[in-house]
Amino acid sequence: MNTYAFRLSAVIFASASCLAAASHAECGIEAGNVSILANDFEALHVIATAAEECASPTVTVTKNHTTEHANLQGPALTANPSTYTVVMIANDSISGLLSTDKLLPLDDLVAEYGGDLQESQLIRVDGQVMAIAFMVNAQHLWLRKDILDKAGLAQPTTYEEVLAAAEAIREQGLMAEPLAASYKPGWDLAADFVNMYSGFGGELFAPDGSDVAIENDQGVKALEMMKALSAFMGPDYLTFNTNEMSARWRDNLAAIENGWGSRAGQAIDPAQTPLEIADATVFAAAPTVGGGTIPATTMWWDGFALARNISEEDATASFRAMMHALRPETAEAHPKAATWLIEGYQPTPAAAGVLASMEAGAKPYPMVPAMGLLHRALGDELADFMQDREDAQTALADAASAYRTAAREAGFLK
Amino acid sequence: MPHRTFLAFIWPSLLAMLLFIAVPIVSVAYQSLFVEHQQILSEVESCGPFGCKSEVRVDAAAMAELRAEEPMGRYNGLGTYTNPTHLAFDEVREAWATSGSFGNFIGRVMNLPFYKALIFTLCYTFIVTPLVIVLGFCIAVAVNNVSARLKGPVIFFSLLPMIVTPLIGALVLFWMIDSRGVIGATLQVIFNDPQLSLKASPTLTWVTLFVYGVWHSAPFAFVVFYAGLQTVPQDTLESAMVDGASRWERIKYVTIPYLMPLATFIALMQLMDNFRVFEPIISFSAEANAPSLSYMIYSDLRSGDFPLFGSAAASSVLTIIGVIILLFPVLIRNWREFNRKA
Repeated sequence: MNTYAFRLSAVIFASASCLAAASHAECGIEAGNVSILANDFEALHVIATAAEECASPTVTVTKNHTTEHANLQGPALTANPSTYTVVMIANDSISGLLSTDKLLPLDDLVAEYGGDLQESQLIRVDGQVMAIAFMVNAQHLWLRKDILDKAGLAQPTTYEEVLAAAEAIREQGLMAEPLAASYKPGWDLAADFVNMYSGFGGELFAPDGSDVAIENDQGVKALEMMKALSAFMGPDYLTFNTNEMSARWRDNLAAIENGWGSRAGQAIDPAQTPLEIADATVFAAAPTVGGGTIPATTMWWDGFALARNISEEDATASFRAMMHALRPETAEAHPKAATWLIEGYQPTPAAAGVLASMEAGAKPYPMVPAMGLLHRALGDELADFMQDREDAQTALADAASAYRTAAREAGFLK
Repeated sequence: MPHRTFLAFIWPSLLAMLLFIAVPIVSVAYQSLFVEHQQILSEVESCGPFGCKSEVRVDAAAMAELRAEEPMGRYNGLGTYTNPTHLAFDEVREAWATSGSFGNFIGRVMNLPFYKALIFTLCYTFIVTPLVIVLGFCIAVAVNNVSARLKGPVIFFSLLPMIVTPLIGALVLFWMIDSRGVIGATLQVIFNDPQLSLKASPTLTWVTLFVYGVWHSAPFAFVVFYAGLQTVPQDTLESAMVDGASRWERIKYVTIPYLMPLATFIALMQLMDNFRVFEPIISFSAEANAPSLSYMIYSDLRSGDFPLFGSAAASSVLTIIGVIILLFPVLIRNWREFNRKA
């Protein structure tokens, strides 16, 4: 190593240790354990890594990023003391923890240490703060401007226009299978149905709360629109999940898709996507459908909550470590990783689709306790329709029947 | 062997079987009779980034009290077994009463989750098991006849499907049959159909799973038969040769009868294993086209916030009953043979 490089690395090392020392002071935690359970995508890595800066000889910070988080969190937080002190959750995965009373109310910690938090970040249930949200997310339109321009098309704003655009792109030989959507049976297919159904103005549950209400005209129309779109997706579309969709976008295999906001940053990052595709990618609100006025998508928030079965010292350490992670500096350093709810965050082009969908009045994904059972029933039963093995009414009736059986067993229906 | 000696040898294994097999099965059977308590719901105001809304919530404190009183949940008798996701008595009866033709009745029953899973499981078991036995035998005979120098490499190659981790083996095949993979794209060219997809078509998914099942299990049958072939009495074979029996006749009249007990053993093992088919369904993302009984159990336990323990337990008990029914003919045969010998 020559002397210049040596000096440079010495300077970097010195400044890094200064920063580290500074951040210990900023966290202000005396002692305690922080262990984080989280889903596995970029924005959550950013937050967990920022929380790790609080590690010191007296404070341990560990993390586990896994897509299986929702199946782990119930048993992990039932243990006493809990296996994890912090769980990163979203509006679907918080329901089960609330129903079984596994979360610690955060009001006192927010009052004492939650200086930077804004009111919109506080998830209040029956008056108590049960979780802190730090980003919003939604599936919305990803568009290839270059291909739309070549085909002489304007940006589609309704699903009917998306179909027409796909037809035009195919006819002009620009791309044989221009659309993509996450229609993999299971979680993904159900999420897309909920989005489309919401765009048609459908309500998932009857007004009294528990019985399902999907066997209606909106349900049939939503399924038929999904089938119509699938004609432009290539033969294996029923195996597409979020990962596969990002890969197809990167490989120039899709021109219009309904992608997640949390993945949008990667699609326009030249380090992760070929430059000509990254430059030509634009994001817009999810389209409306069937003459409806709100985008056919649902809004999600991601946030964190603390386990109930932990010591006061660990609770304080965990909350303060997360507050350190949610400083405005984190959002400033990673502006494209997510649509942050953090104070001072300036939206980037990567957030355009999520914010436009939110402004246009997209509904939040329901946070009711039985939603997980309905989501699963939809994911299992709707594939038969997509494969032409059943008509739409039968598929919806099957899903409703599967939901009712599960809901009876789980005690939500008599 | 005197009974005392027999007991001395068998008791550790008996104890382990009692603790780790019998007790869990009894507990699963007991659990299948219960379901979750009726949820106590209340309407509360919840607020977040998207505004406030009045929503239904579970009253966690009241539920905890209920659970403390009766930890098993509500007694449901055989209700879980007869509900629409299991044996579905009411639905089957209704389909029988209202469907005009037998074909229509079968179609409606096969649309019920349990029967859909059962039919795939049975097809898988009864197609894969015989093919594994036949293919394993053919490989064993072939390997037995190659020159001594080649034997080592050929045996290693034949065992590869068993050496490769099942998940990896399945994933490799899954990527190859993708419409952009080497097999999928070739088939599209051969059949001149750009929409042909091995993953989307239910029939082709079934065929793919059967092929994978045979590929994965054939080495097991091969190893057993190969070991058996080493013990086929050479003098019987030689006298058959002197009598002018052809190679095929020697296999048919000497080797196969001699190896029959081994075939029974492999059939037993494979029937049990194949009836519980699970991993290939996950690795081929074939849940929608080819659910099995084991997949139903897995799916019930992973239904997110509220795992359906009762449902999963009922499916487990039904699977155990299925295995017993399947093995019955083979076991009866063995018992008769044993008695004849004695």
